[in-house]
Amino acid sequence: MKILVTVKRVIDPYIKVRVRADQSAVETDGVKMAMNPFCENALEEALRWREAGIANEVVVLSVGNDSCVETLRTALAIGADRAIHVKAANTPQPLATAKIITAVAKREDPGVIWMGKQGIDGDYNQTGQMTAALLGWGQGLFLSSAKFADGVVTGESEVDSGIRVIQVKTPCVLTADLRLNEARYATLPNIMKAKKKPFETLTPEELSVDASDRLTTLIVNTPPPRAGGVRVADVAELVSKLREEAKVIA
Amino acid sequence: MSALIIVEHDNQTVRENIRAVVTCARQVADSVTALVIGDNCRAVADATAAIAGIDKVKLVQHAALAHGISENCAPIIAAESAGMTHVLMAAGAQAREWLPRAAALADMQMITDVIAVNAPDTFVRPLYAGNALATVQSSDSVKFMSIRPTAFAPIEGAGSASVEEISGGADSGQTTFIEARTSSSDHPELTTAKIVVSGGRGVGSAENFQLLETLANKLSAAVGASRAAVDAGYVPNDYQVGQTGKIVAPDLYIAIGISGAIQHIAGMKDSKCIVAINKDPDAPIFEIADYGLVADLFEALPQLQAALE
Ligand SMILES: Cc1cc2nc3c(=O)[nH]c(=O)nc-3n(C[C@H](O)[C@H](O)[C@H](O)COP(=O)(O)OP(=O)(O)OC[C@H]3O[C@@H](n4cnc5c(N)ncnc54)[C@H](O)[C@@H]3O)c2cc1C
Ligand SMILES: Nc1ncnc2c1ncn2[C@@H]1O[C@H](COP(=O)(O)O)[C@@H](O)[C@H]1O
Repeated sequence: MKILVTVKRVIDPYIKVRVRADQSAVETDGVKMAMNPFCENALEEALRWREAGIANEVVVLSVGNDSCVETLRTALAIGADRAIHVKAANTPQPLATAKIITAVAKREDPGVIWMGKQGIDGDYNQTGQMTAALLGWGQGLFLSSAKFADGVVTGESEVDSGIRVIQVKTPCVLTADLRLNEARYATLPNIMKAKKKPFETLTPEELSVDASDRLTTLIVNTPPPRAGGVRVADVAELVSKLREEAKVIA
Repeated sequence: MSALIIVEHDNQTVRENIRAVVTCARQVADSVTALVIGDNCRAVADATAAIAGIDKVKLVQHAALAHGISENCAPIIAAESAGMTHVLMAAGAQAREWLPRAAALADMQMITDVIAVNAPDTFVRPLYAGNALATVQSSDSVKFMSIRPTAFAPIEGAGSASVEEISGGADSGQTTFIEARTSSSDHPELTTAKIVVSGGRGVGSAENFQLLETLANKLSAAVGASRAAVDAGYVPNDYQVGQTGKIVAPDLYIAIGISGAIQHIAGMKDSKCIVAINKDPDAPIFEIADYGLVADLFEALPQLQAALE
């Protein structure tokens, strides 16, 4: 089977983000970018499935402006076979992104779409579920383990009460948690080789998708910082502060 | 304006966070209908009907709806959203499974993690682990939104809504529930507890976490953890607090052996009072702590326990 993996380009997770002076968005100009961490785990799992003979091709897809090319090249260098870039001036919102992924899936006919559970930029946690809905496929979400056998994926889904074990029939959409696996890095020789791998560029128009926004961002603010507190000398002082000053314990 | 709120439950009891959802729904709509989807869950519908601020309860029961499988439940939400102006649910794993799927079926762009309502079509939500707050306006006819229960005061009091059972439910056959592995704990629920005792990698092992469990018992607190502590296998995944875990805002949050990465802070920074116990005086957690104690946790915790006796 073929696996489609979606990879999103986001601000590096360890960078402290800044709101633009005009409060229109978070500043991305000149800021270090990276592949969304959850997408790294999605890609890693797809590569492991290929290595295990479950899949024979891993296709990576990214939707967004020209800078996504770099993220896709990284994915190819890590080990994907082929890349598709759907070019859009601004990153579409989750519903439009899901429509684009759906249109690509209809052309590519993958057995599984591996996605990240969440983009650490918008923190939406929507695109995988929406893609599954639009394709009419099953969904296995927030997976910290996934095993494929006989066309069925048995997954451990991380939910509020612990772990839920589910079985999802393929074709399906699966979304990765960071605990799914430990993602590998690209090596230098593979970075060179990746330059020769097939790379296709499409547009939402070519896929007949209306990628327009439904949400308009009116303003982006920096949340008020928490006022720093005090250092206490020892446990006795801590307990007395909690009892008498903060009044949070009896 | 009419809102549909989706009730989270385990077929027996209603999750307490529904009261915050009602508060939010009342800010955007003048009529509030609650939807209960499950199996053998009449008691849930009755309990929901007894909550203030709810005008009507709709109940759908079917064996295929027993375990909340989204492929079976989301189409019901999408169908019931017709004629509504808002569909709301408490942010959490269940909402993440159901709402985006239902919203896509209804061709609506969902709004995740709403923390404030400015107008019936304009909401505030966090981005980038809460390091930015976006005010967004939706042009959709039905606003699907998950709301952070910690950001809305729970509605108080009783109500007497009518319960209407509607038919529905079918098994798509795509996904099967196999089992739930729930960590049994006598502590209060993490997201609603008044006090949370949280441990990080500094705690060092699953055995050492017992120190936190004991302290939590003393304080009637819930136990939380950083992602690193969960990754290391000290505690189960449902203990995780943070950007990609649970969001908590208790009266008191005690962070023990936690460095204070932005992804962790995203999950607890709205706590009323934050205590940090860490042996590294430069740990970033001290920047947001109301009370910081630089100490070895293995010395501080027994002392704390003794001081509370
Ligand atoms: C995409 C993404 C999502 C993430 N989501 C989350 C999330 O939801 N929640 C989350 O928590 N993290 C999350 N993380 C991980 C986060 O970046 C940090 O790695 C993590 O929070 C660190 O956990 P920690 O503070 O327990 O460990 P560390 O950073 O290793 O800190 C351990 C601390 O313990 C202290 N310590 C050690 N021994 C002692 C002792 N004996 N006494 C007192 N103090 C001691 C040390 O001084 C240190 O400060 C995420 C990361 C990524 C990339
Ligand atoms: N613009 C995009 N390009 C590629 N993949 C995306 C894009 N947006 C979202 N995704 C995928 O959907 C997942 C969830 O994203 P989100 O719904 O934004 O939290 C991400 O981890 C990606 O795998």
